[in-house]
Amino acid sequence: MKALLVAPLLIPLCTLVLCLLARRSPQAVGFFSLLGSLALTAAGIALVALAASGDILAGQAGGWAAPYGITLVIDRLSAAMVAITGIVGLATVLVSLARDGDPARGRDFHPLLHGLLVGVCGAFITGDVFNLYVWFEVLLVGSFALIVLGGGRRRLSGTVVYVVLNLVATMMFLLAAGLLYGASGSLNMAELARLFASDTVPATANAAVGLMLVAFSIKAALFPVFGWLPASYHVAWTPVSALFAGLLTKVGVYALIRLVTLLWPDSGIAHEVLLWVACATMLIGVLGAAAQTEVRRILSFHIVSQVGYMILGLALATPLALAGAVFYLIHHIVVKANLFFIGGIATRLTGSERLAAMGGLYASAPWLAVLFAIPALSLAGIPPLSGFWAKFVLVKASLDASAWIAASVALLTGIFTLLSMSKIWNEAFLKPHPGGPGAIRPATGLRPALWAVSALAAMTVAIGLLAGPVMDYANAAAAQLSAPQGYIDAVFGTPR
Amino acid sequence: MEIVASISAGLLVAIGIWMLLDRSLLRVVLGVVVLGNGVNMAVLVGGRFDGSVAAFADTPGVPELAVNPLPQALVLTAIVIGFALFVFALAVLKRTWEVHGNIETDRITAVAEEPAPDLPAESRNEDLPRKDGAHPVPSFSPQAEHGMEGSR
Repeated sequence: MKALLVAPLLIPLCTLVLCLLARRSPQAVGFFSLLGSLALTAAGIALVALAASGDILAGQAGGWAAPYGITLVIDRLSAAMVAITGIVGLATVLVSLARDGDPARGRDFHPLLHGLLVGVCGAFITGDVFNLYVWFEVLLVGSFALIVLGGGRRRLSGTVVYVVLNLVATMMFLLAAGLLYGASGSLNMAELARLFASDTVPATANAAVGLMLVAFSIKAALFPVFGWLPASYHVAWTPVSALFAGLLTKVGVYALIRLVTLLWPDSGIAHEVLLWVACATMLIGVLGAAAQTEVRRILSFHIVSQVGYMILGLALATPLALAGAVFYLIHHIVVKANLFFIGGIATRLTGSERLAAMGGLYASAPWLAVLFAIPALSLAGIPPLSGFWAKFVLVKASLDASAWIAASVALLTGIFTLLSMSKIWNEAFLKPHPGGPGAIRPATGLRPALWAVSALAAMTVAIGLLAGPVMDYANAAAAQLSAPQGYIDAVFGTPR
Repeated sequence: MEIVASISAGLLVAIGIWMLLDRSLLRVVLGVVVLGNGVNMAVLVGGRFDGSVAAFADTPGVPELAVNPLPQALVLTAIVIGFALFVFALAVLKRTWEVHGNIETDRITAVAEEPAPDLPAESRNEDLPRKDGAHPVPSFSPQAEHGMEGSR
């Protein structure tokens, strides 16, 4: 039990060390990296199985009792996030092993990747606000090095934007954490939830939480602070872009969900603001995508748009809406990472990621067309794929809450998403390649990437077809989120 | 003491943000440091650091004028992390200067907005580094006359 609690931290950390120790041999690094991400996936699945029973796993690092020690907590949401992190990590390692001419490919990638995974998993399982800051920094350091890996003018340019804006957001978070501590006297999330529920905190604590939510909004790329994302994600090496697209903004979303459900469980002004922010994020993101003409830049804007859906679920704050947000998180991470991977393969085959210079893939690589169609249609919300259920639940929750505008925006965004996806389909797949049929490059050395992409596509289909069990899990996770007392009891009630 | 510290924290944050808005990447990187120090100071003040006696755990009870040690521990962590990030930012700055030949934020960030370069023809040696020279407009080179003028 207790060993499983720290497994999401220890596994990537040990993998990182092994990758560094084995630096001389690229094969060994790849092997350890693969093994480590497999182990993380296994630990994540074990945690999901454990959390599904309804128990909240909590432990105190160093053995200090709850409000003083650093608390680690795994509930259903955290467990699901750790599992999905393992899966995306595994897929990224596989894709990175495929043949690729990019200078970023190589042995340096793997230790950095696992360093980033330590931070991501840490953020998902911590129960302490300052500790969350530290994990954010860990994943940030990893992501800084990953995004610039390989170098070159373009990559450095995107890195400058990414580094500066993320540093500012992180400092805002640190400031908010310090002020929150000053106002409330605690940084333990369960203790904070107790204090906020009993109304014993001064109003300034609410202001500090507000500042913290702004910081998380930058991380999650919400409107109007999403500008850094489409300006930087498309410059990195494909597996890095996909990893970021799948996981990083979702850490911000997770932090928003965790803090808002714990500290402000009742619908209030923050929920009202979040609702409008969610609508604007969905719409602006998808409209921004319409103006783009490169695969990864279109997909980057769609990340922004999709994050809006999750925040919509959080803003509505009903159990059904929260379940929708959890479902959407799970579905989105798989689909979005997969689309970036497939975009990378399409670029490998056509020699460009500009839609104008792509084409002919449907004729020359029909298997890739099928693999693209699955996540693309899922992203747009076509039944019976995973995205349909995620959107269905959220739209139903908005209608139940009489949030007509939000429901219409969610549906409209789905249509625009379909338009964007059909743009990629028409340009990259249907249209003949401008360089003639001979311009398509042979698909050699892509086997590991294809395994990963097919597995993720199969997951998308599986989540769609087995929506019942997944929805049950999301409902149960939402029930835990909307009843913070269980979380508080788990943190304070652990025998020590 | 708390008043002085609070005002300097606010000033540092203000100066940091002002520097972040500068066109020179050098100023931006330094602004991040100033902002970071302002934030650290604010965390320290926010956690009520006023006092003159160390709050050691082995004294019975809490001394009257004890300093709260927790914000100090938090800030210590933040300083270490901030230092590492500053070093990374400096490395990015240096590399940007070498590769872009200027440190004007507008011109640097505009590069990421240019159309994506096409992949070079497949080579047998997969580990051969990709030449970025595939780009059609080599508008400025590292050794060109664009000096540190951006830092004025």
